[in-house]
Amino acid sequence: MGRIVIDPLTRIEGHLKVEVEVEKGIVTQARSSGMLFRGLEIILKGRDPRDAQMITQRVCGVCPTPHAMASALNLDAAFGIDDKIPDNGRIMRNLIVGAAELSDHILHFYHLSALDYVDVAKIRDYQGDDQDLISIKNFIKRGELGPFVPRYEGDYRLPDKVNEAAISHYVKALHMRRKGQEMGAIFGGKMPHNVGILPGGVASTPTVDSITNFLWRLKEIKEFVDNVYIPDVIAVAKVYSDYFEIGKGCGKLLSFGVYDIDGKEKDLMKRARFHASGRTSLNLDYEEVDPQKIREYVKYSYYEDSSSGKHPKDGVTAPFVGKQGAYSWLKSPRYDGMVYEVGPLARMMVNYVKGNKKVKALMDSALSEIGMKIENMFSTMGRHLARALETKLLAEAMEEWVLSLKVGEPCYVPYEIPEESEGIGLVDAARGALCHAIRIKGKRIDNYQVITPSTWNVSPKDDKDQPGPLEQALIGTRIKDEKNPFELVRIVRSFDPCLACSIHIIDARGKEGKVFRII
Amino acid sequence: MGEVMEIPAIWIQAAGCTGCSISILNADHPNIKNVLIDEILPQKHVNLRFHPNVMAGQGEAVLEVLSNTVREKKKGYILIVEGAIPTSENGLYGVIGERDGNPLTMLSWVRDLSESALAVIAFGSCASFGGIPKGKPNPTGCKPVGEVLEESGIETPYINIPGCPPHPDWFLGTVASVLLFGLPKLDDLDELRRPKMFFSQTIHENCPRRAYYDEKKFAKKFGDPGCLYDLGCRGPVTYSDCPIRLWNSKANWCVGSGSTCIGCCSEGFLDEVSPLYVKLEEAEFPREV
Repeated sequence: MGRIVIDPLTRIEGHLKVEVEVEKGIVTQARSSGMLFRGLEIILKGRDPRDAQMITQRVCGVCPTPHAMASALNLDAAFGIDDKIPDNGRIMRNLIVGAAELSDHILHFYHLSALDYVDVAKIRDYQGDDQDLISIKNFIKRGELGPFVPRYEGDYRLPDKVNEAAISHYVKALHMRRKGQEMGAIFGGKMPHNVGILPGGVASTPTVDSITNFLWRLKEIKEFVDNVYIPDVIAVAKVYSDYFEIGKGCGKLLSFGVYDIDGKEKDLMKRARFHASGRTSLNLDYEEVDPQKIREYVKYSYYEDSSSGKHPKDGVTAPFVGKQGAYSWLKSPRYDGMVYEVGPLARMMVNYVKGNKKVKALMDSALSEIGMKIENMFSTMGRHLARALETKLLAEAMEEWVLSLKVGEPCYVPYEIPEESEGIGLVDAARGALCHAIRIKGKRIDNYQVITPSTWNVSPKDDKDQPGPLEQALIGTRIKDEKNPFELVRIVRSFDPCLACSIHIIDARGKEGKVFRII
Repeated sequence: MGEVMEIPAIWIQAAGCTGCSISILNADHPNIKNVLIDEILPQKHVNLRFHPNVMAGQGEAVLEVLSNTVREKKKGYILIVEGAIPTSENGLYGVIGERDGNPLTMLSWVRDLSESALAVIAFGSCASFGGIPKGKPNPTGCKPVGEVLEESGIETPYINIPGCPPHPDWFLGTVASVLLFGLPKLDDLDELRRPKMFFSQTIHENCPRRAYYDEKKFAKKFGDPGCLYDLGCRGPVTYSDCPIRLWNSKANWCVGSGSTCIGCCSEGFLDEVSPLYVKLEEAEFPREV
């Protein structure tokens, strides 16, 4: 037993550190810490409210598009036009965000996660004629193996054929995710950081050829998702089926829902959405979301204690470097004082228990193929499976959406910036529930607060000392090989956190333990 | 086949959003697989040893890759920095890993890695000019890479490739140019150290809506035909080749989608081009027209 340092944890977005205490090979405590503070909420103060939509996309370059959506919904509400967005504008927003999500989920499985399961080094002995694999073989033979080594050694279990297919698909997936970004650009100008989604609708107007360009790229991605991505996830899930028991987490799930099907209902939690909003838990009951019950706590965050327990509308960003006892730049969002996990798993489970027939049929069929039950979804592999199945449903729906655009109809509604106003934008990003809230005074931003999905998932302990969802998923995990703690990185990456991360394992007896370095 | 020359490269991320890395993944010809795996030019392979989002490894082992590269490839590797550098509170607003129990700041990483690099590429508007994290009131004291280098007396040559995000071609073209012709000559860069081949003309000069401007036909709201000047377009004060290069495998570009240019490649992005949706001469900022 001792202190093991894994630092930094790569293949996720941003800067994060997680400390884990281990006793007899089992994680007993975990602390996750956001390690970068940029103060975008402070930078937003006093600016023209319309600029928030561009600035807040830069919260995250991996998932800027949902920020554009949350900010636009937030500003629509503040400008009093939240029931006036033309259908074309609503649909094109969905298509831009959907394109980004297709791209993002493919990236997450193949390029951020797969290297924990597939063995690239085995391609050294490849004998077949797949040109991508041959070029990887040549690459390996040249001997300079960055960025594929160093890596953890040991638990790579895929049979050769499955392993080869997955690596060939790693390359193919690079092209597919790029096509998703191209789709986003068709209606959003450029990706990442699109300029199309605006308060009032979108800047773009659909044409027959832009619809066609979008549709045929979508068809190509859809074919990849159905025939490559889903089969690959199921193949990996079968071989690593123990990961349906590892990394369960807090057992409570929350989603704001996403992709407005109706644009007239002002209450976003009541708005008809492709994925409905809601909450569920291990008991598989469906419950609604009341945004008034969201609070952010800062007992363990580097912010003034006086800013704790506030609703995002009244949120305060008051940094306090070196605060005693604090260990993260992330605040701890909680719902009704309780810990909730957000993300694709939450969306799929909420809609499963709410009785969405397509979701239920798809999940039941995949689970039965793997030989798992619905309860197993609360796990590392369950998160990957939910993400893949959601991608399939989304690609199918987007085909209908793009064909429902009406050439020549308006996409944008003009507005006046009010002297004083408030707004809130609640919508799921690829990684989960995303909240933007604004207060306007004198036509300027008086306060702007953002709660990102990873803040929910990777949050530190709250004022009641309840660990965050990722911390809870790590606690109780048995680590087979402390020098190659695959379990920890696989759990962390299954959440698709938007933060680069470092994991520390500290001897439960204190920090004086012997230090082992992980190779 | 002759010997393949390996060019080591290290890519680190500071106060940014990873958008620059995502943009590089969008490269089409060459695509990102060609860049990572294949010879980007005959007998030349960029050996990307460290990239936070791409590399397989994690933990101490990948930090060793950094120190090994500094030791073994002194003045022989290219350092790419994404993000601005937080300098307030001795850089404690941004930390990557620790040594002997002490946090290692992004500030110290950038200093240490640039010192031994052959050249530094400040990639994106944050690294080049400070970008959004440097926006008023600049809560974390963010500085561009060049300023940190100059203040620290580090003489390693650096190139700024702005954009939020920058176009993948701007990066790949710059790297290809270094591989073919060596480090850029003084005359290849402008006074802001941007490669002239990408940043020598304004958006406005090459804009397909330019004829509307010349005829004074201005759009009054988004979706209208006409020049987007009245809606706040920053094309007249922003230098980049977006209108002719186009984005995302030439699928589109900002003005092509009916949006204004928001000036994301400008030295003054964000404070000196915002409010973004107010006509140039009516916006309250120091103009550079």
